[in-house]
Amino acid sequence: MLADILQSLPQVLVDGIALGAIYAVIALGYTMVYGILELINFAHGEIFMTGAFIGVAMLILMTGMGWLAAMPAILALILVLVVTSILTGFMGVGIERMAYRPLRNSPKLITLISAIGVSFLLQDLVRFITEYKRGNYILTGPSMFNEQFSIKFSSISSSFSDAFFKTSTLILIIAVVIMMIGLDFFVNKTKWGMAMRAVAQDRETASLMSINVNRVISLTFFIGSALGGATGVLFAVQYGTIDPYIGFILGLKAFTAAVLGGIGNIRGAMAGGLMLGILEMFAAANLQLLTGGIFGAEYKDVFAFAILIVVLIFKPEGLFGKAVTEKV
Amino acid sequence: MNKLTSKLKGNKLAQIILLVLYVLITSLSLYLAQASVTAFLLLLFSLLLLYYTELPDRLKWLIAGVVLIGVIPFVSSTGPGYQSYMEVATVVGIYVAMALGLNIVVGLAGLLDLGFVAFFAIGAYTYGIFATGQAANFMPFGTFPLSGESFWIFILIGCFVAALFGVLLGIPVLRVKGDYLAIVTLGFGEIIRIVFNNLDKPVNITNGAMGLASVKPPEIFGYQFVYPNQFYFIVLAILFLVILAVRRFEFSKIGRSWKAVRENEIAAQSMGIHLVRTKLLAFAIGASFSGMMGVVFAAKQTFVDPTSFTLLESITILVMVILGGMGSVPGVILGAAVITILNLQVLTEVTNYLNQLSLDGVISFPEALAPAKMQRFIFGAILIIFAIYRPQGLIPSKNPVFDEESLKEGSKKHRKEQITVEPDKGFQA
Repeated sequence: MLADILQSLPQVLVDGIALGAIYAVIALGYTMVYGILELINFAHGEIFMTGAFIGVAMLILMTGMGWLAAMPAILALILVLVVTSILTGFMGVGIERMAYRPLRNSPKLITLISAIGVSFLLQDLVRFITEYKRGNYILTGPSMFNEQFSIKFSSISSSFSDAFFKTSTLILIIAVVIMMIGLDFFVNKTKWGMAMRAVAQDRETASLMSINVNRVISLTFFIGSALGGATGVLFAVQYGTIDPYIGFILGLKAFTAAVLGGIGNIRGAMAGGLMLGILEMFAAANLQLLTGGIFGAEYKDVFAFAILIVVLIFKPEGLFGKAVTEKV
Repeated sequence: MNKLTSKLKGNKLAQIILLVLYVLITSLSLYLAQASVTAFLLLLFSLLLLYYTELPDRLKWLIAGVVLIGVIPFVSSTGPGYQSYMEVATVVGIYVAMALGLNIVVGLAGLLDLGFVAFFAIGAYTYGIFATGQAANFMPFGTFPLSGESFWIFILIGCFVAALFGVLLGIPVLRVKGDYLAIVTLGFGEIIRIVFNNLDKPVNITNGAMGLASVKPPEIFGYQFVYPNQFYFIVLAILFLVILAVRRFEFSKIGRSWKAVRENEIAAQSMGIHLVRTKLLAFAIGASFSGMMGVVFAAKQTFVDPTSFTLLESITILVMVILGGMGSVPGVILGAAVITILNLQVLTEVTNYLNQLSLDGVISFPEALAPAKMQRFIFGAILIIFAIYRPQGLIPSKNPVFDEESLKEGSKKHRKEQITVEPDKGFQA
């Protein structure tokens, strides 16, 4: 049994890192908003999904106009990424403005309900726009970056088999690393980043220190949503087919990643995302083997939620977070 | 108009005459114009009017009973739309009971539960498994399917099993609060659905995605319940008990401690409220209503499969509670009725109408915009609009106010006269 697990391990790692990178970036969006507003932005998964749809729509449009053939594919992808992230960024700001800001002093329950509402609204909005234009709400993007590579793990030891990946996986991982480093630099080294950290720590005191709290919150939503939208495009390129309902469960898992890494903690969210991605892929590949065929790969979602529940119950501050005592 | 309402206010006789007239007119129009959905809805609307009259409570209950048991089944019985009306009324009843259950958890105790449909699923599967041959796969004794007479016991069993799961979910969940709770319950709802979807191996318990077909209909003394008009009365009976229980709980000691926990856990605890017991009770009672209706649902549909218990269902029930007003029993009943009728009747009717128009070439109407498909959009919009503009819902909940002086005197008779109500301030920050 162990030999089988070892055999598939390299492939599990590669797939897990790709999935984990996606979780990690989305988790950033959750963690940043939670850090500042103490609100689970349910709509974040849907922003990711909308990003994927905008990206695919642009790619299809560019293919239709022959641009995609005319310019190098990587340039086209970068263009799409930039445009999508700006669009989804403004969408995030708009959502905050319309649905969350009027409720900032309401009980948390009410804001949360509004967030769920936004999430459902977006799902259906994207659904009917896509269905209206294409007759079907499941969308398949143009296939790009499909060249297969393999890493020869078998040359290290015969107990491993080779791992295969596509160019898109490589692009995904590189892009995610760039985004993470960029964000980390922004939050820790720039003035705006300092303002964000100040608002997260204490909103009222920050406003007394001449920080424009509303603008910082808008900026946070912009960055989180822009990153989420860009990840959506990368997701669509990597996995090909998208539908309007991918965002909810994926967002939930990304939230799990954020909790795993300690909510409000940006580096924690990155680590948590990678960890969850690898664990989930491991479960998908080996659950059947480990439980003697009782539980199959279809239980991988259950596995992810079980992780969430276990973490929330036994270590609600996450792996890298600090435990906070409630002030009375 | 203002003059009219001010004249009506305080004049009970005028109110009662108007109400009776209204019921007569609507039921007559339903009786004559057979397949008219509008007439049916207008007749149901009389119950809302009844709520706003200033009659004594007992009389209100009596009139509601007469309308629900006598008038509605009788006047709709002659037409071709009879079974479909009864179907709608039955489903409304099922959802009202579930929404009342969720209302205890969300509205009174303030614990946002996004996986509430799981308890409904548990109730449905409890009856579904034993009332089909499915149970023979894993039960060492007994012959299955059980006869339809077991349905009556299974209402209780479903209630208890769902309550048990409510407590089981509650125990770990009690350690997390607020928005984390929402996520955990959401995860729990999904887990239950995925498990039911895959529990056909190693032992075939739920028959997986295929679902359980031909569930035995309820039976008593050889009389079988097959049609919606028969289920209508079962649902009505259960609903009556549920409403009675909810009204009792709401103003009892436990109801007041739920509200206290909702407003401030720490303050409630320091007043001697046992947090764990209070919250678990909210989960268990809320879940038990759902479980009972799950059993009825399984028997009514004669088919159970995991697709009936998705996240959308949980959110639908939440929308009912938010729309009607968190913590308000009449509000939640109204919310559940409005949303269910919207779902079953209005959206499909409007879609059919629009399709007919585009067939006739009056307008060109894209299939993608069909209102029947727009549930998520509508529900999302309702959630946002009500959260921002009217968090207390359509009919805000009310708390009784006791006059301190008269309480001190302790005379029971005196106290009864003094009870007035004021709006519940919980959700109006």
